[in-house]
Amino acid sequence: MSRRVLSIIGLLVLAMVVTACGDQAPASEQPAGSPGESAAESVAPEETAAATPAPAPAEGRLALVRERDELICGVNGSLPGFSFLDENGDMTGFDADFCRALAAAVLGDAEKVEFRALSTDQRGPALQTGEVDVLIRNTTWTVSRDTSWGLFAPTTFYDGQAIMVNASVGAETLADLEGATVCVQSGTTTELNLADAFREIGVDIETQVFADLDPTYQAYEEGRCDAVTSDRSQLVARRTVFANPDDHVILEEVLSKEPLGPVAPLGDDAWFNVVKWTVFATIEAEELGITSENVADQATSENPVVQRFVGVTPDGADPFDSGLGLEPDWVVDVISQVGNYAEIYERNLGPGTPFDLERGLNALWTDGGLLYAPPYR
Amino acid sequence: MTSGPPSSTPARASVPLWRDLRVLRIAGQVAVLLVVAIIVAVAARNLLTAMDQRGLGFGFNFLNRTAGFEIAESPIPYSPTSTYAGAFLTGLLNTLFVSVVGIVLATLLGLVVGVARLSSNWLVNKIAAGYVELMRNTPLLVQLFIIYFAVFLQLPGIAETLRVGDAVFLNQRGAFVPAPQAQPGFGTWLAILAVGVLVAIGGRALARRRDARGQSTLHLGTVGLVAFLALAAIGWVATGGPIEFELPVQERFNFVGGLRLSPEFTALLTGLVIYTAAFIGEVVRGGIQAVRRGQLEAARALGLSEGQVLRLIVFPQALRIIVPPMTSQYLNLAKNSSLAIAIGYPDLFKVGQTMANQTGQPVPVMILVMGTYLAISLVTSLLMNLYNRRVQVLER
Repeated sequence: MSRRVLSIIGLLVLAMVVTACGDQAPASEQPAGSPGESAAESVAPEETAAATPAPAPAEGRLALVRERDELICGVNGSLPGFSFLDENGDMTGFDADFCRALAAAVLGDAEKVEFRALSTDQRGPALQTGEVDVLIRNTTWTVSRDTSWGLFAPTTFYDGQAIMVNASVGAETLADLEGATVCVQSGTTTELNLADAFREIGVDIETQVFADLDPTYQAYEEGRCDAVTSDRSQLVARRTVFANPDDHVILEEVLSKEPLGPVAPLGDDAWFNVVKWTVFATIEAEELGITSENVADQATSENPVVQRFVGVTPDGADPFDSGLGLEPDWVVDVISQVGNYAEIYERNLGPGTPFDLERGLNALWTDGGLLYAPPYR
Repeated sequence: MTSGPPSSTPARASVPLWRDLRVLRIAGQVAVLLVVAIIVAVAARNLLTAMDQRGLGFGFNFLNRTAGFEIAESPIPYSPTSTYAGAFLTGLLNTLFVSVVGIVLATLLGLVVGVARLSSNWLVNKIAAGYVELMRNTPLLVQLFIIYFAVFLQLPGIAETLRVGDAVFLNQRGAFVPAPQAQPGFGTWLAILAVGVLVAIGGRALARRRDARGQSTLHLGTVGLVAFLALAAIGWVATGGPIEFELPVQERFNFVGGLRLSPEFTALLTGLVIYTAAFIGEVVRGGIQAVRRGQLEAARALGLSEGQVLRLIVFPQALRIIVPPMTSQYLNLAKNSSLAIAIGYPDLFKVGQTMANQTGQPVPVMILVMGTYLAISLVTSLLMNLYNRRVQVLER
């Protein structure tokens, strides 16, 4: 009996605390020093903290990342060549290296990255809630994503959607796939393009949709589907880890444009600029012929463009200020630790890797590709 | 704010207010209500503020936009040109379909398992016990992966399809059986069937009444049944075969026509049924064991057969113990069906995920999904509670 009364009184005290707190004026109603008040004070800050969960827009994500001394980078995690755990447990790949480049630019150390492996369905919310500082996860740039997910930095990889079929099927064009079942991952642009492309040519197909990347390819490999569709680079990459890669052919037809690149959360222009110019810096470095090997020698360069780029001045004057809020020689950190675009590409996707992807559209504009960095001045 | 003890109702002379149980009870309830209301309000404000800060609108306007994505199986006509609302409805129907079929099958299997657990046959008893322990103590998600990838996807490919005659086919792409197709006389035949059903029911009712009065039943129940079958057969011939079966036909990539059970659906259904049946088996066993021994002995003493003892004495009494926990097993099954996302069956949750992703509006979509699951669960509970009340009335 008395225990019950006690518990009711306990509840009452709690109610008073909370109601006082809801009223936002605890002190005026209760005498100072009462237990109710001190409890109210300890609750109130929690509530206000909970009500403003996003420190990013106010303080800026650049400051936030510096304070944390670590970059949180959303990646795919199961896509060889782009972001994939190697045998040492390190995240390797083209996308992972751009995460490192950004960490080098902001923190001066390419290893200060925490990789978050995200599924296609998780990546949008992860950006929207600010859980990741940047998303570098073979994500296609579209207008609705640009307005609802985050700001797309320049494309790091120009890709196109393709279809991989079992060689035994003998299909050469999309029209040969009438009645076939195609595996695709949900929440992707390829899922939408697939429906569009086949509707356009009037060919009926069945689709089998999976939420995760691994089940998608596993089901295809087991023969649940006759074909699987995704970005060409992804098909090439995943084919290398099949049991019998030679049994699968990728059709020549390109279903869509798939520009893949980093995405920064909405509403933070300064941070978006940092992400954007980190990508441009790797491209500019390739154009200027600056590599991780010769970047140290550039300090003595006579070329004013190079001097500006690596943040040195010939006569001891203050170096060029990019206005990005980074160290004057941030480019040196990026190039020396991660390399220029060509180095990143060759290391992860070029000849000598199992993928052996041609540069194609991903060559510099001077070589007939689409990579073009605005002037760094 | 005003719920504090000092300002409430006037107390009676002798008992101080803070010890007056009636006041305390009411105050306690008010306090709890306030706490809950405040938590909800803070959470809602938090959500809206956060969404506002990120420039995310909150609304359901997207439901009328074109979905653009394909859904693998759909009981209603759906294509990528349908709206998001259509996609959502498709997902909902898929969830309901697998849940309803799953609940029926799990109940039947669970009943068998529960009775087998009590069997005096050592082998049957141990097999049932092993099944229950294995299924209850491993995660459903793992079971689903095994069932889908290690069982259904290992079936023969299209080229080596297992076939029963030219009608039933089984391969990696699913099970294909002939589909009944209504022919012109179908409506007439249905009407004749309805008459037959009425005749059969009437015969049975009459037989019961005569039986209760102690008169001979004249086998009226059997006569009714035979009359029904005869009517059905005559009607079938008279309307010239109202149902024809469409056979699945093999094409280049797949079988076309007929009814198809996809491996995703079958794997999910199998997983849900064998997992839930293990729990239901235990519920049934507990219910049966709770019937007092005296009841059994009395029934046997009356000369009832073992089957009659089970049907007339044990089950009616066990039911009132079984039904409430059974309800929660049904709810579990319906909610567990959302694990479909792992193996690619387009249920409510999976379609919801895709919608959230393609619209960039996770919060409204997830609220919609949650609300729908809540509604499904509440309706299930309501039905089960009604049934429970009926079962309880029988108690004396």
